[in-house]
Amino acid sequence: MTSISQCFQTLRSRQQCAFIPFITAGDPDLETTAEALRILDRNGADMIELGVPYSDPLADGPVIQAAATRALAKGVNLKQVLEMIESVSPDLQAPIILFTYYNPILNLGIKPFLKQISQVGVRGLIVPDLPVDESTELLETAASIGVEVILLVAPTSSKERIEMIAQKSQGFIYLVSVTGVTGVRSQVQGRVKNLLEQMHQMTDKPIGVGFGISDSQQARQITDWGADGVIVGSAFVKRLAQGTPSNGLQAIESLCRELKEGIAPLEEKREKTITQISYT
Amino acid sequence: MVSTPDIQTSTSKSRPDSMGRYGKFGGKYVPETLMPALAELETAFKQYRNEPSFQAELQDLLRDYVGRPSPLYFAERLTTHYARPDGSGAQIYFKREDLNHTGAHKINNAIAQVLLAKRMGKQRIIAETGAGQHGVATATACARFGLECVVYMGIHDMERQSLNVFRMKLMGATVAPVEAGTGTLKDATSEAIRDWVTNVENTHYILGSVAGPHPYPQLVRDFHAIIGRETRAQAEEKWSGLPDILLACIGGGSNAIGLFHEFINESAVRLIGVEAAGEGIETEKHAATLTKGRVGVLHGAMSYLLQSDEGQVIEAHSISAGLDYPGVGPEHSYLKDSGRAEYYSVTDKQALEAFERVSKLEGIIPALETAHAFAYLETLCPQLEGSPRIVINCSGRGDKDVQTVAKFWERTKG
Repeated sequence: MTSISQCFQTLRSRQQCAFIPFITAGDPDLETTAEALRILDRNGADMIELGVPYSDPLADGPVIQAAATRALAKGVNLKQVLEMIESVSPDLQAPIILFTYYNPILNLGIKPFLKQISQVGVRGLIVPDLPVDESTELLETAASIGVEVILLVAPTSSKERIEMIAQKSQGFIYLVSVTGVTGVRSQVQGRVKNLLEQMHQMTDKPIGVGFGISDSQQARQITDWGADGVIVGSAFVKRLAQGTPSNGLQAIESLCRELKEGIAPLEEKREKTITQISYT
Repeated sequence: MVSTPDIQTSTSKSRPDSMGRYGKFGGKYVPETLMPALAELETAFKQYRNEPSFQAELQDLLRDYVGRPSPLYFAERLTTHYARPDGSGAQIYFKREDLNHTGAHKINNAIAQVLLAKRMGKQRIIAETGAGQHGVATATACARFGLECVVYMGIHDMERQSLNVFRMKLMGATVAPVEAGTGTLKDATSEAIRDWVTNVENTHYILGSVAGPHPYPQLVRDFHAIIGRETRAQAEEKWSGLPDILLACIGGGSNAIGLFHEFINESAVRLIGVEAAGEGIETEKHAATLTKGRVGVLHGAMSYLLQSDEGQVIEAHSISAGLDYPGVGPEHSYLKDSGRAEYYSVTDKQALEAFERVSKLEGIIPALETAHAFAYLETLCPQLEGSPRIVINCSGRGDKDVQTVAKFWERTKG
């Protein structure tokens, strides 16, 4: 299966921005999660971020917290999540990025954890409570096992820290678009534009933007500002949890298409607009 | 009166190291958004802690507002209670942190951090609280300096510590109820951290224990180290020597480290921390992190942690809201592993018995947290030879707990 870096490379050669939806594993159940992965894959996801439910999700807002709590209450655990990934990953084009807090990794041991996730087909790893300063062992071990560890940059990060993170991050750099936790926001902060410009000058690595992005307009905005990837989480988690599992799956299918449409390649979009204008 | 020694201390200068580590424990396990704020806090702490004007303002407040130094009191009747027939036995002293303004040691740290926040130009203060003592201390310091104050508190704790909720509101603080998890200290701390991630640019987070990411364990320790420094001077004055044993209860571990810190390099002084065993450490309902936990990461620090086989954090249990926490300060984990300090646990029932015993024998109603330290005397005293001097950190007063105790009596005594 393609690595995260390769996936970005391919998209870049086509001048496309990556669309990366996020869902929480095990909410409402793992069967639905597996089906959701297939649906997202078929409907335009270039990569998929999958959250492992954790008891104390510090970086998450109410929507993803609640999803994790529901999954844990049903007894969902890491082993089951990995088994589910193993069963579904051969069907997927989009590589899977696992999103998990650090304690469950530490609990298993860094190397065994990375080996296990790599064996079931996970290609990328995001650990929101592990800043670059504490990441050395994880980064080195991951490189030897073939999993890419994606580090996060925040709007509060200094230039020196952004440089250090950009240098060490694998696959891409995750730019957190808000000072805050995950969740739907009505507006994208204007400083994301400046941060993207600043970061592109520092590094050739792709930059994905996430936290707070929920609709196609926001996604479009981020793409126009020069992001290489757009990550949307809470909006998917919320829709998937509403009504019956089949209602939820339908809802994420349409959201996925809508967002993909929003971040479609610039050229294609412009041509469309011109065509429309000439006909009206 | 005991003079207040300078905040600089000769003990354990090497800990934490530059990465905020106590051996393998400690560190900074937080979202990137907070890393610059932690660096800013560390810089401010290093800059101001020895600055004469900061020290002068802090010392004035500790003396005239908090009421320091707190007395070192000889507990005569409790000493007699544990005496052997020949009259020998432990000589028991209380370090009276319960006599501080707001009724607990927590104010030492809260007032110092508010001074720090003011110098850092932060207008908004947030805090987490379990028993409400840290929340009250923070609300107090914020009222004193006219700062906006939001205290996160689990809904279960709000119920069992309603008196403290009222006190915080009275002083103008907003008490934000936290419903997540079991509605206790762990959940309140997570929610406070989320607030800080969101409002980090204008907000200072006054963490109330020696837990959390670096520099908090160091900063909170150093602001409470006055407890041990005064104890040393008072012991010198009273018996021209050192205490033989120091005893304190441990939740996150701030009152214990405040007492221990001054004596860590005095190898003749035994350091004993007492955790909450809840309904028993053989049950699932306890908060004995150092006794039963495994190394993990919670709220930004690597330390012992109550966790499942899967690495999920387990809800702690204790009758005392202040000890009801599945983590513990990283320096305590270090002191445990290095063998410098000893850690034991007592059950809810033992703590309640000690609560009653100390009330009846000394006319001092201790906080339920503090009662855990007193309860361990039952085990410790019969093991001791001669007449060693024990200093117990009487970390808080128990007015806030009378309803909880009354309820327990109704259930058990009918």
